[in-house]
Amino acid sequence: MRRQAVSAAPARGPGQVKEDPERARKAPGSASREDAEGSAARRAARTQRLRNALLSLCSAALGLVVWIVLAHSGIQGFPGPASVLSRGWQLLRDGVLLDDLGASLRRVLTGYVIGTALAVPVGFAMGWYPVVRRLIEPWLQFFRMVPPLAVIPLAIVLMGIGETPKIFVIFLAAFLSCVVSTFQGVVSVDPTLVSAARVLGAGDARVFLGVVVPASSPFILVGMRIGLGAAWATVVAAELIAAQSGLGFRMQQAQLYYDLPTMFVQLIAIGTVGLAMDRLLLLAEHRLTGWQERR
Amino acid sequence: MPSIEFNEVRRDFGSRAGGFLALDGVSLTIEDGEFVTVVGPSGCGKSTLLNVAAGLLDATAGSVTVDGEEVRGPSPERGVIFQQYALFPWMTVSQNVEFGLKVAGVGRAERRAAARRVIDMVGLADFADALPKTLSGGMKQRCAIARAYAVDPKVLLMDEPFGALDALTRVRMQDALLETWSRDRRTVMFITHDVDEAVYLASRVVVMAARPGRIHRIVPVDLPYPRTEEMRLSAEFADLRRQVWNAVYHQPSTLEGNSS
Repeated sequence: MRRQAVSAAPARGPGQVKEDPERARKAPGSASREDAEGSAARRAARTQRLRNALLSLCSAALGLVVWIVLAHSGIQGFPGPASVLSRGWQLLRDGVLLDDLGASLRRVLTGYVIGTALAVPVGFAMGWYPVVRRLIEPWLQFFRMVPPLAVIPLAIVLMGIGETPKIFVIFLAAFLSCVVSTFQGVVSVDPTLVSAARVLGAGDARVFLGVVVPASSPFILVGMRIGLGAAWATVVAAELIAAQSGLGFRMQQAQLYYDLPTMFVQLIAIGTVGLAMDRLLLLAEHRLTGWQERR
Repeated sequence: MPSIEFNEVRRDFGSRAGGFLALDGVSLTIEDGEFVTVVGPSGCGKSTLLNVAAGLLDATAGSVTVDGEEVRGPSPERGVIFQQYALFPWMTVSQNVEFGLKVAGVGRAERRAAARRVIDMVGLADFADALPKTLSGGMKQRCAIARAYAVDPKVLLMDEPFGALDALTRVRMQDALLETWSRDRRTVMFITHDVDEAVYLASRVVVMAARPGRIHRIVPVDLPYPRTEEMRLSAEFADLRRQVWNAVYHQPSTLEGNSS
């Protein structure tokens, strides 16, 4: 899965303890050698980090060059970095950008929080009780195939043009991605862990709260990350269709006035905020599920 | 006295293509303080037998009693050690060891002290706060053994506990286990597929046969405890090993010729 690819490296670091205590104690002369190995490993890690940073910088520079070339290649109205930057500054100073950002974020967070808050218990119920799974899964699989955006026209007709339909589709997007992975997490809990808890005297409640919940938390967090991505993508699209504020709405307006720099500013803002939220959840994931044995 | 008694235990796993008889008419008594190993080819039901004793599987017919009480569901009185360690990966070594005590409602300080004691016993004192992912296989299994010991079970049921370890670690773990066992003489039922291990550890080796899973032969091991490396190389050991080997690997493959 993706989360394994993201951080396969730190699992078997050179500083990791893999030695039996007897053996470790029986080698008093080896301490300095281990130190030397450790510092060599640290140096290697530092070089690696420096190299990665340089490559990222190169990547950014390359992107900028491609952009400038495109801007000068004669595509009608294609803005260069300078005009986008000045427009961005102007929008920021006017407060328009932050207002739009606030409006979009409010919708996303409302829908996302409700969606995941409902998805986690539903996912657990599906994983824990086969009856619940049989009842819910067909609907889940069906609605997963319907892009949340396709629900917008119906939602607007039913719920009006206020905030409700937008929050509803975001809720739907977040819920659907999160519920599936929570359910997967519960189903894939190692049965010997459950047996181990039972033979130590744990009852149903203890097995559920003490074993099933923590064991499936990596799946839930991955689901929450995917859900956030889906929610963010959905809000922008929803605002394109029907809204009076938000990043998507501003882009829609800019399209009407042929205002390409503004569209670029919106696109960059959307990408940046999305990335920041994803990194934040990734950080939380590492903090909370660092106990995982990664292969 | 904590003995384990299997009474005509039968277990079948129903399936659409007819049933599969994992155990048929297994009767065995493991005496108090006895160390019994169970060997047999794969599919002979040795793990099923252990799971029935642990209360993780129900017997289709017959019964298991431990210390005179019939087994109904898992209980901390019967400690189980699994081949795949089954440590809770999000808990440190000491949290793993304390789990059973916490379930039993033992207070924090008392829990700490008890955990410390068994962690010291298995030689993991320096790793009490380590996560399982940083431990080697042998250390993980020692942690699992400490976790089982922490709740002071009447009997220990071990399901190929050293099966996933390398040969050298395995020998060390066997000696460590015997040393612990010789101190408190807890009744042990130990499943393995390693004939050497079976003979080295046990006072009796139970050899099972497959299809249906049943007891084929019981080989008493008349070597005294403590078992030593010299013993492992002795002629008596070789002879016992041969007996068990023959019983495991040259057994009738079907029911024919076997009265059951």
